[in-house]
Amino acid sequence: MKMTMIEIRRVHTHVEDIHHEFGPVAAQPLRRGAVCAVLTNPFAGRHVADILPMMDALQPVGIAMAERLRAAMDVPVERIESYGKGAIVGAAGELEHGALWHVPGGYAMRELLGWKGDRAAYAAGKGSPSAGATVGQPGNALAIVPSTKKVGPPGAPLDVPMTHINAAYVRSHFDAIEVRVPGAPRPDEIVFILAMSTGARVHARVGGLKAADIAQWNGLR
Amino acid sequence: MAAQIRKLIVELDETRIEMGRTIDPPTRRALAIAVIANPYAGRYSENLDELVAIGEELGGLLGAKCIAALGIAPGQAHSYGKAAIVGEAGELEHAAAILHPKLGAPLRQAVEKGAALVPSAKKLGGLGTAIDVPLGHKDAAFVRSHFDAIEARVADAPRANEIVVAVAVTDSGRPNPRIGGLQAHEIKGEDGLR
Repeated sequence: MKMTMIEIRRVHTHVEDIHHEFGPVAAQPLRRGAVCAVLTNPFAGRHVADILPMMDALQPVGIAMAERLRAAMDVPVERIESYGKGAIVGAAGELEHGALWHVPGGYAMRELLGWKGDRAAYAAGKGSPSAGATVGQPGNALAIVPSTKKVGPPGAPLDVPMTHINAAYVRSHFDAIEVRVPGAPRPDEIVFILAMSTGARVHARVGGLKAADIAQWNGLR
Repeated sequence: MAAQIRKLIVELDETRIEMGRTIDPPTRRALAIAVIANPYAGRYSENLDELVAIGEELGGLLGAKCIAALGIAPGQAHSYGKAAIVGEAGELEHAAAILHPKLGAPLRQAVEKGAALVPSAKKLGGLGTAIDVPLGHKDAAFVRSHFDAIEARVADAPRANEIVVAVAVTDSGRPNPRIGGLQAHEIKGEDGLR
């Protein structure tokens, strides 16, 4: 039996254009997408104390998935306005295995979209140099990538939260996309998910911070 | 009247490893889904011509979306299928009007040739109802390695007065086919069966 840390069994992409939701038809439809990679869970069926090596091993997976999603959405990186990520762990795994996606998933998308921070510092729990900047826009994809995860059966749906890439409080961009892969995860699999969209909810109208009013450039406002 | 499309969804599913065996090249299945308004919702209409015309429009649109997602030339397509989910204010016959009279011709144009019947499924359903879109080889229905299905589902559709229309196209059969029968390389592709 071979034991490789990274074994990608399936890749599933989903792209949707939302023209309206029973209101005025959008001049340009909102495009949202998700990419799901179904991986073998190398820790299935047992407790492994040190699972961090997989977090490093997942980094190229995240980078490839982020670019694959952008290509499937068929838009330049400049059009991406919100993002999110998630994981669905099969029944022989534990929630903590899904948590491995926090660094490699989020930072793959942020780097694709122009983030200039220090991934190693973040991975070590030391935060990001871009946090706290108050003058001008220091880069792109400044906001935390919202996430969710669960343990589930094949075909389990996950509502992946999405927020604005530069300021988490932009109210028009609070959203979620339901993602599922029919037939996955099997008990010994994990589905890792990235999601991106080109804009606000199609009929956003509940006020709050607007994307045009982002001023603090601290990832929040 | 043209289809009033609320959402358009394209999915691509690629299998690289199945039961520990590397699938090279990976099997790939594309799915294109339109969520449309049902012009006959809530009433009985003897004539369903508007849905027949919508079926013709969607056969071309969704077929082309699948081919684009696969990134292949039309002639490289292997199998296809179609399905519809009618919302609660419609009837099964509305799905039939979309799927059967005119959807096939433009879909066959999108995948080149298509001598075989396009396998189909239909049902009545609510938000998030899933339908298994049957798949069969596009030129010879008896090719056993290509009998398959792909699940289509839209989380927020169909509303009562909507219809979910799905078309699936592949460039491959199942991942590890090994139950014999007619092989893809043996077909004549003339009668649509063998």
